[in-house]
Amino acid sequence: MSDNDRDLENTPEERHAPHRVIGTPPPAHGLLTEAGPGERAGRGGTEPHSPGEAEGPETPELHELPTDPPDLKAAKSWERVAAALFLISALASAGFVAAYVGLEIGNKNGNVVDATLRSNLGLGSAMALAFLAIGVGMVIWVRYIMPPVELTEERHPMASNPEDRSAFAQTLIEGAETSQITKRPLLRRTLIAATVPVALAPLVILRDMGPLPGTSLRHTVWKKGMRLLVYASNQPITAADFDSAGGMITVVPEGYQDNDEQLAKATAIIIKMEPGQLQAPTNLNWTVDNIVAYSKICTHVGCPAALYEQTTQHILCPCHQSTFDASRGATVLFGPAPRPLPQLPITTNAQGYLVAQSDFHEPVGPSFWERG
Amino acid sequence: MSDSNERLTMPKPLAKQGAELDDRLHAAKGVRTLLRKVFPDHWTFLLGEIALYSFIILILTGIFLTLFFNPSMTQVVYHGSYTKLDGVRMSQAYESTLNISFDVRGGLLMRQIHHWAADVFLAAIVCHLLRIFFTGAYRKPRDTNWLIGVAMFTLGILEGFLGYSMPDDLLSGTGVRIAEGTLLGIPVVGTYLSFFLFGGQFPGTEFVARFYIIHVLLIPGLLLALVSAHLFLMVHQKHTQMPGKGHTEANVVGQPMYPYFMVKTGAFFFFVFGALALLATFAQINPIWQVGPYTPTAISAGSQPDFYMGFLEGSLRMFPSWTWDIGGHTVSWDVFVPALVVPGIIFTGLGLWPMLERWATGDRGYHHVNDRPRNAPTRTAFGMAGVTIYGVLWLEGANDIIADHLQIPLYLTTEIARWAVFVGPVIVFWATRRICLGLQRRDASMLTHGVETGIIVQQPNGGFVELERPLNEEEIALISAKPPAPLSIARAVDENGVPEPALRGVRGKIQARVHEVFAEGISLAPPANGHGNGHGNGHAVTEGDGERAAVGGGPAGPAEVGEGQAGEEGE
Repeated sequence: MSDNDRDLENTPEERHAPHRVIGTPPPAHGLLTEAGPGERAGRGGTEPHSPGEAEGPETPELHELPTDPPDLKAAKSWERVAAALFLISALASAGFVAAYVGLEIGNKNGNVVDATLRSNLGLGSAMALAFLAIGVGMVIWVRYIMPPVELTEERHPMASNPEDRSAFAQTLIEGAETSQITKRPLLRRTLIAATVPVALAPLVILRDMGPLPGTSLRHTVWKKGMRLLVYASNQPITAADFDSAGGMITVVPEGYQDNDEQLAKATAIIIKMEPGQLQAPTNLNWTVDNIVAYSKICTHVGCPAALYEQTTQHILCPCHQSTFDASRGATVLFGPAPRPLPQLPITTNAQGYLVAQSDFHEPVGPSFWERG
Repeated sequence: MSDSNERLTMPKPLAKQGAELDDRLHAAKGVRTLLRKVFPDHWTFLLGEIALYSFIILILTGIFLTLFFNPSMTQVVYHGSYTKLDGVRMSQAYESTLNISFDVRGGLLMRQIHHWAADVFLAAIVCHLLRIFFTGAYRKPRDTNWLIGVAMFTLGILEGFLGYSMPDDLLSGTGVRIAEGTLLGIPVVGTYLSFFLFGGQFPGTEFVARFYIIHVLLIPGLLLALVSAHLFLMVHQKHTQMPGKGHTEANVVGQPMYPYFMVKTGAFFFFVFGALALLATFAQINPIWQVGPYTPTAISAGSQPDFYMGFLEGSLRMFPSWTWDIGGHTVSWDVFVPALVVPGIIFTGLGLWPMLERWATGDRGYHHVNDRPRNAPTRTAFGMAGVTIYGVLWLEGANDIIADHLQIPLYLTTEIARWAVFVGPVIVFWATRRICLGLQRRDASMLTHGVETGIIVQQPNGGFVELERPLNEEEIALISAKPPAPLSIARAVDENGVPEPALRGVRGKIQARVHEVFAEGISLAPPANGHGNGHGNGHAVTEGDGERAAVGGGPAGPAEVGEGQAGEEGE
């Protein structure tokens, strides 16, 4: 057959080729690259190549693969290279153990990060070398030491033959009929009706994975008179602590500094503006001495809106770049956030500390279905 | 081994063991078939193997990490080796991740290999998927395996996200917060889903432990089952092969599993492991100690997720701030659409593609020889358009970095992306089709005229000509391996000009038009009166027509489709 026969005569349905036809490359004698049915029959049936081959119908061709590479001398030198690589790998593995034992980590001897990175360097290099040397050695083995070979295997049609299909259909239907399921609709329908609740009922026990939301997303812990603590230092702050405009300070409600659940809603930012900068829709009654407080939780998906540009009074959320105008009630200038950052009403208490006048007047953070 | 016809025998001890085993398992015939199984060779067939071996390495390194990781959100005050965080409040999950990094020898190496392996796993899946797509290797009978692959891709992304969320550091916690905001954005049930997942309000005290068991048991179990099914089907249906000399729809040409493929693939496992070890040694990844523990009050600037989440991040960044307030309820299109509908469309579209293509081409036949991408111009163009959409989303996911490095205004990058995601794929679709058809045209001219050698000779009359050499057999086999044009258009109209029942009416006309678009191409039959390559004149052409008729099932194949006149006339 020519090399052109990649076309139709080889479609699976038409091909009744032998169970397996294997060919070898030129060096091996006596085998064809691709054998047709006739050739196969001739070889297996009429002139057996050896006594062994005549033993039975399952006997495959002998020696489908060549025994030796074409260039024995080159193979010999490649063998040495591969052997050297395997030895290198073994040494590298030993080096891995040595690095494990020899390179201490922890902060006993100075910088802990340096010690870790030293250990990582030693262990990692040894490990990489151990693996790569084996890998390269094996590739040399298969490419330069094993004789080159190319075999051809027949594909069989994926579809079963019609007899098998109809036999299958027969078995399936026969089974269904014998089981009576097709003949007894009451049995069948009640069984189907029973499987639905059986499948759904277990979902109910997932209910206790968490409490129901209730109105918890609508409120934060801020309430009248609660002091604003500077995040991290946890110190209360007075209006006089701002000596000049600019800068953004993250504040948390007093008493909840370590409560992540509450901080995830209640965290706020305070910004001191130049006189006259604050404009509607900022609620000026909720500000103190040109200091305005907004929720820090972005109304898009809840990242902290943590970047503030003094010159433009823009608050930027670093996650998805929603931009809010701090001087105008934190209205949205750009980005996917649908609403302004809610403003926290603040005032000062008797000692002059900044405190909340009340909770936020609307839910903070991302949209949710019940938000309304 | 002196005579090639001599029967070989196993060494006695091995033969005895083998006989004992076969007495019980009846395996000699089946295992022999498996050992002799032929694997075709092409460098792109390695991409799936990279994914497979990364997965195995993920399991190995993951087991090591579970020995030391404490999936608990119980708050502790850190007093460990890393003195910069001394006295800082953090979860036990973060503390134990610090301990793995600083107090367990090889812990940082395993963490970094694990993280790199996750990235390489998904990158390899993406490349493997693209290879399968652009060569049409998903066509019948492999469309089932394509679906399994798409499922694994989706699970892999989820698995990666859960994994990098568990250390509970500032960066990962931000990702979890975005996931929570996304859940809240699901209409009707979103708030409930969020409260059930987090055991109450975000962040709660549950999610690390819940992510942990899903990450180390549930999804790996599913992936393992799907990987097994994927490989079983691959073996059972046999590998596809690239077009080439002697490669037909009815055979597989390559090297046997034992010993060749075993050694090759074994070597490849060591390569992948070695490369990941190199990365983990010299390319730091996710140094969680630098960002500190998670707190909902703070964030690090330039937060970037792992690359495979980038398209979702970009989708969220790009989408306009559309929300509806109706009847006391908030519908947040700004979150729901980009974070859930867009990936839903992408993955559903991927999964359904083989079916869509069957409808578009009318080609329901088996395909075991892959297409060269140029030979399926419309498919390749759709693929490139998809890559463009994904690419724009992905780049937009890093738009702050891009804006910073290229000195482009930040908002401009988003505006560009909003246009590019619609305009880009259209341009790319058109350009890709033209490029593919151009390449086909070049192939057709090489078949008829040969290859330009670059050697210029002066003729006796003083003129200069470039020598051309005829293609060799390998080249002809490769180039002329163009699949027949899908045939429904041939059957669209019978001899009286009456359309087939299936192609009547509006839907039928649309389908007929789509068939035409998909079928456009240049004829690439092998040269009929061969340039001394020994193939019979006309032989190949006849066979080609025969194949067309068979595959399409129609009465006659079209001699030419679309612009395809040039090639055959040249002969």
